[in-house]
Amino acid sequence: MTTTLKPVDAVLVGFGWTGAIMGQELCEAGLNVLALERGPWRDTATDFATGFAQDELRYMWRHHLFQNVSDDTLTIRNNTNQEALPMRHLGAFLLGTGVGSGGVHWNGQIWRFLPSDFKTKSHNQQRYGKGSVSDYDLTVQDWGTTYEELEPYYDQFDKLCGTSGKAGNLNGEIQPGGNPFEGPRSNEYPTPPMIQTYAPTLFGKAAAELGRHPFPHPTGNLSQPYTNPLGAQLGACTYCGFCEKFGCGNYSKASPQTTILPSLMSKGNFTLKTECEVLRVELTPDRKHATGVTYVNSAGEEFFQPAEMVILSAYVLQNVRLLLLSGIGKPYDPKTGEGVVGKNYAYQTMSSVNVFFDDKILNPFIGAGALATVIDDFNGDNFDHSGLGFIGGAYIAGMVTGGRPIEMIYTPEGTPTWGLEWKHAAAKNYLRSFAISVHGSCMSHRGNYLDLDPTYRDIHGRPMLRMTFDFTENEHKMSDYLTDRAAEVARAMNPREIKLNRRAGSFSIKPYQTTHNTGGAIMGDNPTNSAVNKYLQSWDVSNVFSMGAGAFPQNAGYNPTGTVAALAYQAAHEIKARYLKNPGPLVQA
Amino acid sequence: MPLTDDLDAQADARQSADDKHTADLDRRRFLLKSAAMAGIGGIAAAATHDGELGGPTQTFRGAVPWQEGTADAPPGASGSGYAFFAPAEAAFVEAAVARLIPQDPVGPGAVEAGVPFFLDRQLAGPFGRGDHYFLGGPWPKGTPEQGYQSRFAPAQYYRAAIAAIDKYVGANFDGATLSKLALEDQVKVLKGLESGEIKLDEGVDSKTFFEMLLQNTKEGYFSDPIYGGNKDMAAWKMIGFPGAHYDYKEWVSRHGEGVPYPTVGFKGRPGWTETSS
Repeated sequence: MTTTLKPVDAVLVGFGWTGAIMGQELCEAGLNVLALERGPWRDTATDFATGFAQDELRYMWRHHLFQNVSDDTLTIRNNTNQEALPMRHLGAFLLGTGVGSGGVHWNGQIWRFLPSDFKTKSHNQQRYGKGSVSDYDLTVQDWGTTYEELEPYYDQFDKLCGTSGKAGNLNGEIQPGGNPFEGPRSNEYPTPPMIQTYAPTLFGKAAAELGRHPFPHPTGNLSQPYTNPLGAQLGACTYCGFCEKFGCGNYSKASPQTTILPSLMSKGNFTLKTECEVLRVELTPDRKHATGVTYVNSAGEEFFQPAEMVILSAYVLQNVRLLLLSGIGKPYDPKTGEGVVGKNYAYQTMSSVNVFFDDKILNPFIGAGALATVIDDFNGDNFDHSGLGFIGGAYIAGMVTGGRPIEMIYTPEGTPTWGLEWKHAAAKNYLRSFAISVHGSCMSHRGNYLDLDPTYRDIHGRPMLRMTFDFTENEHKMSDYLTDRAAEVARAMNPREIKLNRRAGSFSIKPYQTTHNTGGAIMGDNPTNSAVNKYLQSWDVSNVFSMGAGAFPQNAGYNPTGTVAALAYQAAHEIKARYLKNPGPLVQA
Repeated sequence: MPLTDDLDAQADARQSADDKHTADLDRRRFLLKSAAMAGIGGIAAAATHDGELGGPTQTFRGAVPWQEGTADAPPGASGSGYAFFAPAEAAFVEAAVARLIPQDPVGPGAVEAGVPFFLDRQLAGPFGRGDHYFLGGPWPKGTPEQGYQSRFAPAQYYRAAIAAIDKYVGANFDGATLSKLALEDQVKVLKGLESGEIKLDEGVDSKTFFEMLLQNTKEGYFSDPIYGGNKDMAAWKMIGFPGAHYDYKEWVSRHGEGVPYPTVGFKGRPGWTETSS
């Protein structure tokens, strides 16, 4: 039996970064907003206090803050000739749950995509010819929005987080010490960059000697105390080395908890319900308007929550699944290339180079989620791709997020993974080695997509999401080329030895790579090529908005959160400026 | 778009900014009320604990909730002796992990670090039960890229694998078990599991089990001592990891210097409890 509740103006499905942003913006516009979060409430003092936050086993390996996949997971296969099988425990990516979700256990890497990244198709086609964007069955598209349009919203997110960094391009003028390749910024970062530890410093020196352009990674691990426009106060990072996969006990990593919730939770027109999972969006019989959502609470009771607007603010994979389960938008068919929901699923192409010294103590345990010196010389279209046979690129980062010993002991090429030889290598190298990270783009491909699994079902009886994905030749070529560029910097550091960890073979669900899943509810300039318009509004059901990296038509060589937040702010701005006065499509099809 | 009315009569829970001294009381009332509304009675439940799904539904409005005494403290191991391993299983595990991380003057072996006890408590608890594993069917074998595809939770997997390996050892080494073999033969068997060359019965895959055992062994070796391994933090001391410190600001720009902090775990370090003479 389903109980019908009192209507609200807007219901948020999921309460991580985009849920908190939309909640804040819509409440400020006077709307009654209800957020439904399937996980528990979480706050710093209770859930990740400094007395027990530095627990590698519990958080990283026992997944204490991550989604428990025991009653709901997804199925995976590399191509349509295979049978998709469930991801039975977390591996390649670490899905969030609970209040703050991935915004709690992210690294705090705050990037803007390049202006050319938003025109992946037209830009590359113009510079490298038609084949560059369709070779290997690539299905890349332009975003339907531009860097220039998003800049004010990137800026808004920087101010929310207090991002620590050094501008490389202020209103078109290149600044020393920053990233000279970035799009023009309207403002300097709110706080100065973090202080670099030994390994990133050595990386930066070597990169500069090679003629590259090193700069400090922009970060939401704050270099100094900061009070944001909502009045929330963040503290200075203590470099404890437990950001990534952990909650910050020190209030110094930007998260929904540290930046938005103190303001939003105290608003009388905002309500949050935890342990409530939305099963589907309900539509009118003509399927052109959403009437609200049906959800089930942890006691198994089902409710219909009427709402004027439905904001899908869960993770990419859940948003896409809810669109499919609710019949919003035409599902993508890889055979015909028609349909839009599930189309252009993409990921991130990761590789690394380990660097080993004899004579230098690096103290890798002194770290932070985004503590790195970076070069962007080979990202996006910052370099000439002529004759290389691929598009896209990566940032290359001399990065030390921490020295957590179960995960982060590096041993030289040829070392066994156990036995005395392994133990001796671990003892010898732990303090004297680190990893250069190659954070590569992932173009979209005709055969990479998301749909509903025909066999496996979750605890509520709903089909699981099915992921069909593999790296394409474009990605392998890009990654090999970029890994070689990283190795050049590694060698220029004059280490004892290096080890290249190339991106080889098919995508595997087993080893952790990154939780940067993108696409499946992509944005674009018309309903035949995309699920949502530039304001993340469904082309088919105009009172449904789908937030997050699902909107990326392909993935750039950067961490997604900055762009995810900017897209949410742009959507919120347009909803407040135009939609609330006159609900309906914000872009005419 | 019309704004809807206030949802319901929870407005009294709203924390008044100019009435700070009643804030805590209000907050407590608010939590009690939310809990009662959710039909669970009593104090609102703390955060969900390891491996548990479906904490009570809670409604939050008008304040940032916080409750005294609910810190989500880590679930350390307690007691002594084996709770999960039968004697034959314990003998297998003690022999196997001693080969994976042997003892020598450079640092502790896995047995000396307490890894068998760690494994026992892990397998006896939520991890062993597969509380974070999806175990529903069907269960085709899948490709290597699709990862773990067994219907067994880790504890079942260990139990089945240990029996199957000792059966293999018995058939190939004159009725022995792994722990009774010469050390070089133990290594030979482990290498055969690692490569997948040794095929096992009982629904277990040798490579899958080896990977799990090695991963869990390193977890026990390097995790905080509260979980039963890493005895005396000796594995951390061996590599130079200072443990659960949370402030290294002073050392960030002191490049190349060793950090002199003594190794510390969640329960401190021996120096904290020694009585001064």
